[in-house]
Amino acid sequence: MRFGIVVFPGSNCDQDCFYIIKDVLNQPVKHIWHKDKRLNNFDCIVLPGGFSYGDYLRTGAIAMFSPIMERISEFARKGKAVIGICNGFQILLETGLLPGAMLRNKSLHFICKYVYIKTENNETPFTNLCKKNQILKIPIAHNEGNYYINEEGLRELKRSSQIVFRYCSREGKTTSEFNPNGAIDNIAGIINKKGNVLGMMPHPERSSESVLGSNDGLLVFKSIIKWLESR
Amino acid sequence: MLEAEIYITLKKTISDPQGLTIKHALASLNYKEVEEVRVGKLITIRLNLKNKKEAQGKLDQMCKKLLANPIIEDYSFQIKGCK
Repeated sequence: MRFGIVVFPGSNCDQDCFYIIKDVLNQPVKHIWHKDKRLNNFDCIVLPGGFSYGDYLRTGAIAMFSPIMERISEFARKGKAVIGICNGFQILLETGLLPGAMLRNKSLHFICKYVYIKTENNETPFTNLCKKNQILKIPIAHNEGNYYINEEGLRELKRSSQIVFRYCSREGKTTSEFNPNGAIDNIAGIINKKGNVLGMMPHPERSSESVLGSNDGLLVFKSIIKWLESR
Repeated sequence: MLEAEIYITLKKTISDPQGLTIKHALASLNYKEVEEVRVGKLITIRLNLKNKKEAQGKLDQMCKKLLANPIIEDYSFQIKGCK
């Protein structure tokens, strides 16, 4: 099975991801229940958005103790592709598969709108079909998207080209004016050092059909498929 | 039985927009003397333990593993006896 989408209690973007992968992209995909103890022959795992465990304590904090997460950590350590979208990104941070932490949006508001993000690193399994610095129009929908990492950590992210997406203007300006949530350095998505685990706050599955206002999100899913096919 | 009060706060180096908003609200109520407001969490836990030292060790682990995120938060706790 090519794609597996993990469903936690409170996930709410799992069906959207499933639909895009199965109906729009025609790829084999299966849901994985958070209590499952095994991962059967998946090539890519999607941790979808939503409010796993009601966002209790901290976003993503309880999900990290779901039985399936241990298997997903092993899967990631083997170099296989894992993408965490929104709440999925928050779970990857809490699990320690990605560095840093998520704080509440600077404005204290839940923000749900289209934003522009710049592809800073297009040499990843998730962005190989994007041009360098390509600007994508993809929506965000979150209350805790204010990415934080200490100065040393930020230097390290930059040194290893781990910053994949940054919030920007339609023309690609990455100033604070175009930062929707206060995230450090306008960070919208990062990848691990090994380059196989991506976390991003914007929702590519909500922008994968032009009828929704943008299909830029497809580039992310199609990049994964291309990467899997090349292996 | 012991009862613990665990305080979880954002690290001093991390800005706290919630605290800042409350500070502004207090200023608009004329509490000009308010210098800083920081918002945190209070978690109370009742423990089926008698020994405070043992409780301390357990609570420390709980905070490190789950209750606080050491990247952004500090924690402290107080333990007292209860019925």
